[in-house]
Amino acid sequence: MLEIRNLHASVNGKEILNGINLKVQAGEVHAIMGPNGSGKSTLAQVLAGRETYEATEGEVLYEGKDLLAMSPEDRAREGVFLAFQYPVEIPGVSNIYFLKAALNAVRKHKGLEEVDAVDFLQLVKQRTKLVEIDESLLNRPVNEGFSGGEKKRNEIFHMAVLEPKLAILDETDSGLDIDALRIVADGVNKLRKKDNAVIVVTHYQRLLNYIVPDFVHVLVDGRIVKSGGKELALELEERGYEWVKEADRVAIQA
Amino acid sequence: MNTETNTIEQLANSEYKWGFVTDIEADAAPRGLSEGIVRFISARKNEPEWLLEWRLRAYRHWLTMTEPRWPNVKYTVIDYQDIIYYSAPKPKKELKSLDEVDPELLRTYEKLGISLQEQERLSGVAVDAVFDSVSVATTFREKLMELGIIFCSFSEAVHNHPDLVRKYLGSVVPANDNFFAALNSAVFSDGSFCYIPKGVRCPMELSTYFRINAADTGQFERTLIVAEENSYVSYLEGCTAPMRDKNQLHAAVVELIAVGDNAQIKYSTVQNWYPGDKEGRGGIYNFVTKRGKCAGENSKISWTQVETGSAITWKYPSVLLQGDNSVGEFYSVAVVNNYQQADTGSKMIHIGKNTRSTIVSKGISAGRGQNSYRGLVSVKKGASHSRNFSQCDSLLLGDKCGAHTFPYIEVKNTSSKVEHEASTSKIGEDQIFYCKQRGLSTEDAVNLIVNGFCKEVFRELPMEFAVEAQKLLGVSLEGSVG
Repeated sequence: MLEIRNLHASVNGKEILNGINLKVQAGEVHAIMGPNGSGKSTLAQVLAGRETYEATEGEVLYEGKDLLAMSPEDRAREGVFLAFQYPVEIPGVSNIYFLKAALNAVRKHKGLEEVDAVDFLQLVKQRTKLVEIDESLLNRPVNEGFSGGEKKRNEIFHMAVLEPKLAILDETDSGLDIDALRIVADGVNKLRKKDNAVIVVTHYQRLLNYIVPDFVHVLVDGRIVKSGGKELALELEERGYEWVKEADRVAIQA
Repeated sequence: MNTETNTIEQLANSEYKWGFVTDIEADAAPRGLSEGIVRFISARKNEPEWLLEWRLRAYRHWLTMTEPRWPNVKYTVIDYQDIIYYSAPKPKKELKSLDEVDPELLRTYEKLGISLQEQERLSGVAVDAVFDSVSVATTFREKLMELGIIFCSFSEAVHNHPDLVRKYLGSVVPANDNFFAALNSAVFSDGSFCYIPKGVRCPMELSTYFRINAADTGQFERTLIVAEENSYVSYLEGCTAPMRDKNQLHAAVVELIAVGDNAQIKYSTVQNWYPGDKEGRGGIYNFVTKRGKCAGENSKISWTQVETGSAITWKYPSVLLQGDNSVGEFYSVAVVNNYQQADTGSKMIHIGKNTRSTIVSKGISAGRGQNSYRGLVSVKKGASHSRNFSQCDSLLLGDKCGAHTFPYIEVKNTSSKVEHEASTSKIGEDQIFYCKQRGLSTEDAVNLIVNGFCKEVFRELPMEFAVEAQKLLGVSLEGSVG
């Protein structure tokens, strides 16, 4: 589904990603872990198409297409979804109106008709249950006055309605208490299908107790320095990032 | 790299969509202004002596006045002798149905998406179409007449209801009120008159479309709305103007009078005068005096405006809160793009006890546009326990535009409360990216964000007008944010 080859990216001339290689198949969950400043969020933003980041080298194929050549909105319409680390407030625009506009943009791209108001409400109702989101948040302006936890949950709610093929969760666990974490993770798990994939970007192993990854990758200084199964996350939790950094230094010197 | 700026440039680069000129023969006065021209206009309209005298007094007073220079706008000096003060479509017999209207004119309305047939058939809105300076079609009048409601062109009112006109004309905006009001009083051509008798709730929105047509013709409209005790009326004013490369002066006067107790007037405007081209050439100068008087107890006047047009806008819809417990409201969205300039806001003058007023102003600046809010809240000594709430929010699209706020507050008693809130924000790249990441185009993202910003004002507009206003906002900002 997604193949990243030797991806380099910079912001304001400063190189953050130094040659990322990653293959994600349909049905898989990949976790990207790493210390602060290692480039995890940059990777998420570059995949979503944020213009402030410039891909300077390498390529990204998404379902065989050149992802980097696509506009952010076309990526979204083709099924790439980013759950933001810091969801953005849009005053005066109700969450549900926003979501309907988004869903219709995706449907239009696929050559489908606009969603019928009744069908849409039904879909929304069903999906609110999936992520246990308070219905009062539907009619409030997008993210405005939401608590940190509500914002994160709202991102997963958007995901539940838009049903992306490739979901990238950027530190969705930060700022969540343990109950909210479980609810969010449950929602993501329920949305897992054999034809979609999830990339979970996180600091901590905690979230991965709930969303169990097939692969774990450790990002240091803009490169994936170690990959493994779910047990790698536990090992990292135990031994800290210094351990992989040290191993990486040895490898480079050798 | 900066998409926001790109989008703004794109929006700013979109052309004015309603720029076309209708080819109808105009019967115009010679260029320039003199006592003779004032007499010419009055004679052409077959006016009674008292009105001619009123005009002449206004004209003589205007000669002693100077053009105000305090608004935060810049423009080249207006040559008042280079303006044609009167132009009318060739006089025709009174029209009974739309079939009798010039098909050319009907096509113009259709291009604007406001065909009279449609208005009449679908929306139940009575339209008094002002085309250039003379009303050519008035609909639904009979239905309104049954209720005792008078809704007609100003000229007709002068002939058919002279006592009412004479009683109220200039009672809120005196002929010598300000430079442009005096000019209007001297040379006004036509406009609308509306009278709602005691106890009548007007069953439909009353609506007028203004349109400047003949080249170089100043447009001097005069609107007078009178609501008696326990009556209610909602009035819609909307306009688009064809493309021009020479500046055109528009100096209208609107007077609203809530005469009796519990009288209510709601006045909504969607304004889309030609704003000039991308370089700031041409466009309408819109120097308007709009004022309402709440004379009755518990009376209420509410102004709602969505301003997307004009090269220069100078306008402060105001309310004199004379009756005890009367209410004044002002809800405004003002958009400036390219080189447009707006100096607009409201005045709330609290005179009666327990009077309340609300001002909600949303200014949107794009391109090189300059948007100023200027407002006065004055609470007089006798206006005990009065309240005002003002909120002025500015939204900037891009980094070459400007937003300015000039609030003036005077409170002469200790029991009243005045609150003022102001904010300035920029459409963030992060907001646009968030929308795009959900699949929306840049254009749709900007429209969504801007409409969200204006929501408090749009919800004050009648439904079909709100839809039109949103569309207009989209058109005005097209290409201005990416």
